[in-house]
Amino acid sequence: MRPQDILLPTADGLCCKPGGFHIDPVRPVARAVITHGHSDHARAGHGAVLATQETLDMMRLRHGENFAGSTQAISYGEEIRLGDVKVKFHPAGHVLGSAQIAVTSKDTCIVASGDYKDAPDPTCVPFELVPCDVFITEATFGLPVFRHGDAADEVKKLLASVALFPERAHLVGAYSLGKAQRVIALLRRAGYDAPIYLHGAMEAITHYYQSRGIALGELRPALGVKKAALSGTITLAPPSATADLWTRRFPDPVTAFASGWMRVRARARQRGIELPLVISDHADWDGLTATIAATGAGEIWVTHGQEDALVHWCKTQGLRARPLDLVGYGEEESETPIQGEAEA
Amino acid sequence: MNRFAELLDRLAYEPGRNNKLRLLSGYFREVGDPDRGYALAALTGALSFKHAKPALIRDLIASRTDEVLFGLSYDYVGDLSETVALMWPKAAMAAHNNPPPPTLTEVVTTLRTLGKTELPKQLARWLDELDETGRWALLKLVTGAMRIGISARLAKTAAAALGDKDPHEIELIWPGLSPPYLDLFAWLEGRSQKPVNRDPAPFRPVMLAHAIEDSDFQSLDPADYIAEWKWDGIRVQAVAGRDDSGHITARLYSRTGEDITGSFPDLVPSLRLPGAIDGELLILREGRVQSFNVLQQRLNRKVVSPKLIKEFPIHLRAYDLLGDDENDLRELPFAERREHLERFIGKLGDSRIDLSPTVPFASWDALTAARADPASAGAGEDADAVEGVMLKRRDAPYLPGRPKGQWWKWKRDPHIIDAVLMYAQRGHGKRSSYYSDYTFGVWTETETGEELVPVGKAYFGFTDEELLQIDRFVRRNTTEKFGPVRHVVHEGDKGLVLEVAFEGLQRSPRHKSGVAMRFPRINRLRWDKPPREADRLETLEKMLKEDESLPTIKVAASADGH
Repeated sequence: MRPQDILLPTADGLCCKPGGFHIDPVRPVARAVITHGHSDHARAGHGAVLATQETLDMMRLRHGENFAGSTQAISYGEEIRLGDVKVKFHPAGHVLGSAQIAVTSKDTCIVASGDYKDAPDPTCVPFELVPCDVFITEATFGLPVFRHGDAADEVKKLLASVALFPERAHLVGAYSLGKAQRVIALLRRAGYDAPIYLHGAMEAITHYYQSRGIALGELRPALGVKKAALSGTITLAPPSATADLWTRRFPDPVTAFASGWMRVRARARQRGIELPLVISDHADWDGLTATIAATGAGEIWVTHGQEDALVHWCKTQGLRARPLDLVGYGEEESETPIQGEAEA
Repeated sequence: MNRFAELLDRLAYEPGRNNKLRLLSGYFREVGDPDRGYALAALTGALSFKHAKPALIRDLIASRTDEVLFGLSYDYVGDLSETVALMWPKAAMAAHNNPPPPTLTEVVTTLRTLGKTELPKQLARWLDELDETGRWALLKLVTGAMRIGISARLAKTAAAALGDKDPHEIELIWPGLSPPYLDLFAWLEGRSQKPVNRDPAPFRPVMLAHAIEDSDFQSLDPADYIAEWKWDGIRVQAVAGRDDSGHITARLYSRTGEDITGSFPDLVPSLRLPGAIDGELLILREGRVQSFNVLQQRLNRKVVSPKLIKEFPIHLRAYDLLGDDENDLRELPFAERREHLERFIGKLGDSRIDLSPTVPFASWDALTAARADPASAGAGEDADAVEGVMLKRRDAPYLPGRPKGQWWKWKRDPHIIDAVLMYAQRGHGKRSSYYSDYTFGVWTETETGEELVPVGKAYFGFTDEELLQIDRFVRRNTTEKFGPVRHVVHEGDKGLVLEVAFEGLQRSPRHKSGVAMRFPRINRLRWDKPPREADRLETLEKMLKEDESLPTIKVAASADGH
C-alpha cells in the first residue's frame, strides 16, 4: 500500500481513509484522533474523539463538557485497531499529554508526530523515537538559525534580571498551555521559591497541571494585588497580555517572552520585548534534523512552518521529502498578534 | 567576550536610559581590567582596527553551510551578522578539548595587529569558540556595525557612576585617555589620582547648539543671551601648548577631534600663544570672507601646494576661548570667557586670527531684524557668509555635547537641513554612467536605537565637479547593490552629509518618515560634518507644524522628483 493511500492531506486535515478518521482535523469530522491540547490541533465539535486522558481533560477545560459527541482515552504505548489500520500513541514531549500517532497498515508505518521536541521538559513525558517508514514532521523552527540552547540558562537570565532590577516587576509572556507551566517548573528547579503570580487566563490550566502531580510551588493570582507588592516578583501571562493595558498594574515592568521565536532579534523587537527568553516547546533545527535521521524513515512529509528549508535538507540527505500543505495550524490560542507566529 | 556579548544583547533590547545605565554600570563593576576598558572603548567608538567587510563574512559562512539554507535563513532574519551567528555550525571537537572562548581583550588586541590574510582563519576560530550571542557580538564588533543605541556619552556616564563622579569630569580628561583606560578605572574606584592629560595641545570635546524654534523665544529673556554671527565655514578648535621642553606645539582639530593641522600649515605660525580657541575656519581675500564653496577647495587635500595656500588664504575667526595658557576656562560663564578671548586675540595681534563680533540687540524683534539683514547689522560686506545667528547664554560654561538651553543656532533659511546620503542611483541620458540620484535621510530614535530614515530624493543642485566627487564617494563606499541602486555607507561616523534645500514640507503616508519635501536639491556637500551630527526627523516635524499653521502657496513639484 502506498503511504498516501493510508494518510492524505485534505481540507479538513490529515485523513486516514482506511481507518475512517482524521488526525487533528481543523473542521468538525465524525471521528478525530488528536495529538495534543493546543487549540489549533484540538478543536471542538467532532463526533468521536480519541486522545490521551490529559488531552481530553484539556479540551474539556477549554471547550466545556460537550466538546465532542463521545470520547475515548488512550495511553502511551497502547495500540488499538481503527478500521483497517492500527493506531498507537507515543509521547511527543511537546506539552502534558502530547502524543505522536503511529498509523500502521500491513507493513507500512507512518508516524504523525504532531508538535514535538526532543529537549528535556519537567512537565511532560520525554519524546520517544518511533522507527517508521514515513515520518510526518512539523517545521515551526525549520531553519538552521533556530537553535535553542538549554532552557535552564534562559531561566538563569530571567533570575539575573530580577536580581538586577529588584524594584521592577517581571512579566513573562508564555503560552498558557505548556510553556507557562514549564517556565514555572524551571524557575523552581533553579531554586526560585517565592510565590509566582499568574494572569487569570492561565489559572485553570495551571491548576490542572498541579492536579496531575506536577510540582509548581506557590502560585497566586496577580489580580487584586497592590502595585507596590509586585516589585521584584515574576508574573506569567499570555503573550498578548504583556502589551496590554493590563500591564499598568505592575511597577515599571520588564517584559519578557519565553518562546523559540525570541532567537531572532527582529522578532523580539517587533513585540517590544526587553528580555527575550529562548525557550521552545518545539524541536529546533538540530532537533528536527536529528530526529528525522533517527527515525530511519525514507520518506518525510513536512507540515506547518518553514517547510522549504527542511524539505531541502532532507533531499541533501538522500531522503524523499515533500511539504504537506495543511492549513490551519500554528495559530495556537488565537492570541498571537504577529502574523505567522505559531505557539512556540 | 561572552560577558560583553551578554551586555550588548541586553542593551539592544532595553529602551530606558536609566536601565541602560544600570546594565552598563553593573558590567563595569563586575568585569575586571582590561576587558571593561576595551568594552568602554567599543561603546565610545574609540577602538581602531580595520573592519571586516560583509563579503568576508559571507565567504566564511559559505564555506561552512549549505547555500540554499543560508539564503532562506538570511531572508528570514534580515541581518547578516545575526544570521551567521545563529547558523554557524558547532565545531566538531571533543567537548573537553575546547579552548576557552576568547576574551574581549584578546579579540581587540589580536585584531589590531592581525594581517588581512589571517583575518578569515582567526574569525572562524573565534566563531567556533563562542556561543550564539558571543558570535553575534563578535561579528558586530569586527564589521564596525554595533548600532545598539548607546551613545559615547551614555557609556561614559555609566563609567562615572562607578566612582560617583560627574560624567563631565570624564569628558574633560577623555582626550588624554586611551584604551583600556586602566588609569581612568583606577581613579573611579578610588585607587589612584585623577589622570591628567599630558598632551601639550589636546582636543577639548566641542559644545554644540540646538536649532531654535519660534516657540522657544517665549521662554527666553534677551538679556540672558549674547548673539553672534554664525559664519558659513568650518568649525574648528585651534590649540597651542608648551611641551616639557617649553616648545610650542600647535594643532588644529575638526569638531570631532580629528587632527587637521596638516591640511592648514599656513595657520600654524599664527598659533603661537598657548591657548585653545573655538572658531570658524574661513577663506579671506582682501579682508572679505569668501563663500563656503571657495573654502571647499581647501578641504580633503592630500597635498597642500604653495599655490593653493596663496590663492585660498586661510583665516580663523574666533568665537570662544577654552584655555588660556595653563588655565582651563571651560567652567567660566561665556561672558567671562568672551572677555578672556578679546584680550587673548588682542595680545596675539595676528591678521590671520580675528574676533567674531557680537551682534548687539535689545529685543528678539531687533535680533530678528539683524538676522534678516546682517549687512546693516554689522556684518557689512561679509553678510553673504553669514549663515544665521548664534545665541549663547551669558552664564553658560563650556559643556561638551549639546546641552539643553545653553546655545541656540538660528539659521537664516528655515528650509535647509543636513541629511545623510543613504542610497544612490544611476542617472539618465548623459548622466547614465554617474550615480546622480540621491536618497537621503535624517536621524530618528527607534526601538533599536538611532536610525536614519529616508526623507527625500534629489538629483540636482550640485556642480559637475561635485557630481564627480559624489560619484567617486558612492563607488568607494557601497555596502550593497540592488539592481541600479547602491546602498551607500551611512553610519554615525561614516558617510556623506548633504545639505539639502527645499521649498516646503507635506505629510505623506507613503513615506516611512511621514513627511515629503517639495523641490529638494543638494545645496552643498558637507565633507566636514560627521553623519551623526546631521539633522533629526523632529526638526522636520517641527517645520511641518509651522508650515501647516500658515496658509502657504502650493508648489507643483512633488517631493519625489521623478
